[in-house]
Amino acid sequence: MTVVERREIALVDLLDRLLAGGVVITGDITLRIADVDLVRIDLNALISSVNAQVPSPFEESR
Amino acid sequence: MTGLRYVYAVCRPFDTPLQAQLTGVGGDPPRLLTHHGLVAVVSHVPEADFAEEPLRAHLEDLDWLTAVARAHQGVIDALTTVTTPLPLRLGTVFRDDSGLRMMMEEREESFLRTLDRLAGRVEWGVKVFLEPVPEARAEPERKPASGRDYLRQRSTRTKSHEELWQKAEAFATQLHETLSACAEDSRLHAPQNPTLSGASGRNVLNAAYLVPRSESEEFVERVDRTKDGIPGIRVELTGPWAAYSFAGEETTTSGEGA
Repeated sequence: MTVVERREIALVDLLDRLLAGGVVITGDITLRIADVDLVRIDLNALISSVNAQVPSPFEESR
Repeated sequence: MTGLRYVYAVCRPFDTPLQAQLTGVGGDPPRLLTHHGLVAVVSHVPEADFAEEPLRAHLEDLDWLTAVARAHQGVIDALTTVTTPLPLRLGTVFRDDSGLRMMMEEREESFLRTLDRLAGRVEWGVKVFLEPVPEARAEPERKPASGRDYLRQRSTRTKSHEELWQKAEAFATQLHETLSACAEDSRLHAPQNPTLSGASGRNVLNAAYLVPRSESEEFVERVDRTKDGIPGIRVELTGPWAAYSFAGEETTTSGEGA
């Protein structure tokens, strides 16, 4: 087993935090973009759009 | 009045100025807006991109989202060097300063409470992956001599895969217990989709731990010590992060699902 410490922040780790973490503000004049359900839907859309361009990770050899 | 207000974080007032050349979302340098005992960190962003409709559309554009996420993180990172920021969810936008002030006024007490809880703490991310089984690829293609032979090979393969999977789960559970015990709080994020992460192997654990800055070295060492574990299992450490995963109201159970 190896412990990998990444230097560069992976987008997916960032999105875990920026889209699922952080304070969610509701109930004021904020444009309520940030509710979790919406973000889930968006991520699904993202994943399918990524699917088209990114080769399968299962072929990678490490 | 130009544009909308994109808010990165709320903090207590701090003395050290932010780096002068820091740019935020949309290239706009982050500005500080003070209201009572709180400071909001804000960029002015164009309505054409950040009003509700265009923002919704942009969120599905990976390049756009990446740029905004990196810029957001850049500002939070800079803030982390001078204070403990309370990060807001990506895409928190107000029409103008007065709307923002109103929100700060309303939530002042809860912000202050959360800021106290997070002061001097950072977040560490720990992920466990089950590596794709190399033997399955190295030793394969021995042609089964018969149907029974084929079935036996197949069942051996399935069994060894299942065993590995169980081992990985047991390992992840144990690691999570150990790390939770030396962290102040923990959250489980949903396992990452390999297509989006590009990481090899299957993500078994995707957790975040809230750790005092002063105890971070020890925490990292503890994660490091898991090196002598099971072959086929990979542990990844990320951080230190601002306490994104712990910015919500305090709860004892994880709200992020697992």
